[in-house]
Amino acid sequence: MGAAVKRIYVREEVCMGCGLCRVYCQTEHSRSKDIYKAFKREMPLPQSRLRVERKGDVCFAVQCRHCDEPWCVYSCLTGAMRKDPVTGIVTSDSEKCIGCWTCLIACPNGALVKDRNNKIVAKCDFCPGQEMPVCVANCPNEALVIAETDDES
Amino acid sequence: MKTKYLIIGNSAGGIAAAEAIREVDKKGALVIVSDEAHHTYSRPLISKYLSGERHKEGILFRPASFYEDNNITCLTGERVDQLGIKEGSARLENGQTIGWQKLLLATGGKPIMPRMKGMDKRGVFNFITLNDAVEIDGYLERVKRAVVIGGGLIGTSATEALVKRGIAVTVVEMKDRMLNTLLDEATSRLAETAVEKAGVSIITGHTVAEVLGRGTVCGAVLDDGHEIACEMVVVAIGVFPRVELTQGTEIEINRGIVVDKYMATNVAGVYACGDAAEAYDFVYGSGRLVSIWPNAYVGGRTAGYNMAGKKMEYAGGTAMNSINYFGLDIVTAGLVMPADVSGHEVFTKQNDSVYQRVVVKENHIVGMAFIGDIERSGIVFGLMRDRVDISGIKEQLLADDFGLAHLPPELWRERLAVPAGARTVTSQEEVEEDYSSE
Ligand SMILES: Cc1cc2nc3c(=O)[nH]c(=O)nc-3n(C[C@H](O)[C@H](O)[C@H](O)COP(=O)(O)OP(=O)(O)OC[C@H]3O[C@@H](n4cnc5c(N)ncnc54)[C@H](O)[C@@H]3O)c2cc1C
Repeated sequence: MGAAVKRIYVREEVCMGCGLCRVYCQTEHSRSKDIYKAFKREMPLPQSRLRVERKGDVCFAVQCRHCDEPWCVYSCLTGAMRKDPVTGIVTSDSEKCIGCWTCLIACPNGALVKDRNNKIVAKCDFCPGQEMPVCVANCPNEALVIAETDDES
Repeated sequence: MKTKYLIIGNSAGGIAAAEAIREVDKKGALVIVSDEAHHTYSRPLISKYLSGERHKEGILFRPASFYEDNNITCLTGERVDQLGIKEGSARLENGQTIGWQKLLLATGGKPIMPRMKGMDKRGVFNFITLNDAVEIDGYLERVKRAVVIGGGLIGTSATEALVKRGIAVTVVEMKDRMLNTLLDEATSRLAETAVEKAGVSIITGHTVAEVLGRGTVCGAVLDDGHEIACEMVVVAIGVFPRVELTQGTEIEINRGIVVDKYMATNVAGVYACGDAAEAYDFVYGSGRLVSIWPNAYVGGRTAGYNMAGKKMEYAGGTAMNSINYFGLDIVTAGLVMPADVSGHEVFTKQNDSVYQRVVVKENHIVGMAFIGDIERSGIVFGLMRDRVDISGIKEQLLADDFGLAHLPPELWRERLAVPAGARTVTSQEEVEEDYSSE
């Protein structure tokens, strides 16, 4: 009630489509946390959990919106996908997920990715342990921002 | 026993309702009754249990402490056998009576049993409950060959589990192709190819007329007299709403329990959801039976809010499935194969590993089937669910690079852009409100 909710948003008008957010995301979700190894050495190869959408001159990064009405959570067959009642962050429990992909079709933003290695879903986890999600922290043009809104629910 | 909320059914619909009630009302007494003697589990995952990929604990839908954490009394292994609507009561089979103020019927479905000879033999099973899976598992050591009756979603999932256990399976499907209610022809054929590749025999256009055996199954005879030797028969021709509790009450039923947009029945204080109910299907524009987990959850959640006094409308659902048995990657939703295509536009794309089909009516998506590349299918389904007029982007839906950027800008801006009044923080510092960016 009235708690501030933090989310990642995009200022599309200043996004250059450079894709550095993807690079940092992939690195953050690697075992080594080393850019070079995360792209060229690690087996299995880690994956970025966000996409850069493009059409003509328009481009912007899209990661899980951690929706107020999370269709992925409602659709999850196994109970792996949960929304934290306090932070509102939506996470998928890799132990429970079976990779049935029902959440993929449920997500209106196409923001979930298939983890090619484990055949389970991978998604934005807000970079636990980091002060700020790495895509935001390393966006050279401040096109990705964190914004706080007051949770009205 | 007296309770404020009584939920009958401990599965997708019942749990969703309980969670929604607890969001609104932390204290009101809440009782869940289920005749299955298990903690809430994921019904679709019984195939993973049978295949040996998951233990019972691995298919629990919520953590072991769920009921305790949420202050819920869960009576498992107890069946409600009569409702007293006027008195607000429910009688358990063991004679106990529970008084309730709000009631949810999340009673799900029961297997449809075909009328054929020999159904009472040992070795004939359903595949709906965890107990079914446990019983099949216990019987498997004497089984080399099995016949699965029904080539729908449940039959396919049973077949995959049995194949993983080394059983030779024959699927007998009455219609001309497997998964015919969910997929269009092209997609069904691709699915059948994958199933056959795994060593399964598929017989379409026939039914089983008789199960053979003296006491124990030793074969099945098809309607054309053809005989198949087998030690087990799994009946998987579908589920039908479990509505027996409404008998002798005023609760209106059609095929399932009739509900309004609040998931309320015609009787005040009584709600229904999931496989037992006919919730609103936005593709058909009316209440309809759609037996899928997500709709049971969303319907149950809606019911729970309304039971606890917070008004909420069911957003509407439609058939929506991801089918990934036998290495397939198929998602389908809505009306994939309209009976009458006039008035519909059908867009398809096909290449080596990808098949996509979108069915459009009056500039709204009403059906879709994607095979292979399914990661972006949610964007298309989202347009369908939100009833977005797609006249401007119809031709791009199946473009290779189709994504959010192809949607009308107001749509993605609303989802991605900083909301008005929000305080923003970037990597460097607080952003000034006015950032010139042209
Ligand atoms: C093998 C299999 C695979 C499936 N795969 C998928 C899939 O991939 N995707 C998908 O979306 N859906 C799938 N489904 C369908 C999905 O499981 C159902 O749509 C969903 O379980 C419906 O939930 P529900 O809460 O309405 O009812 P149910 O899950 O049927 O639960 C109802 C419960 O109520 C209990 N009950 C009923 N009457 C009483 C009574 N009088 N007293 C006490 N208890 C009672 C029942 O015993 C049952 O435990 C699958 C189903 C099966 C069987």
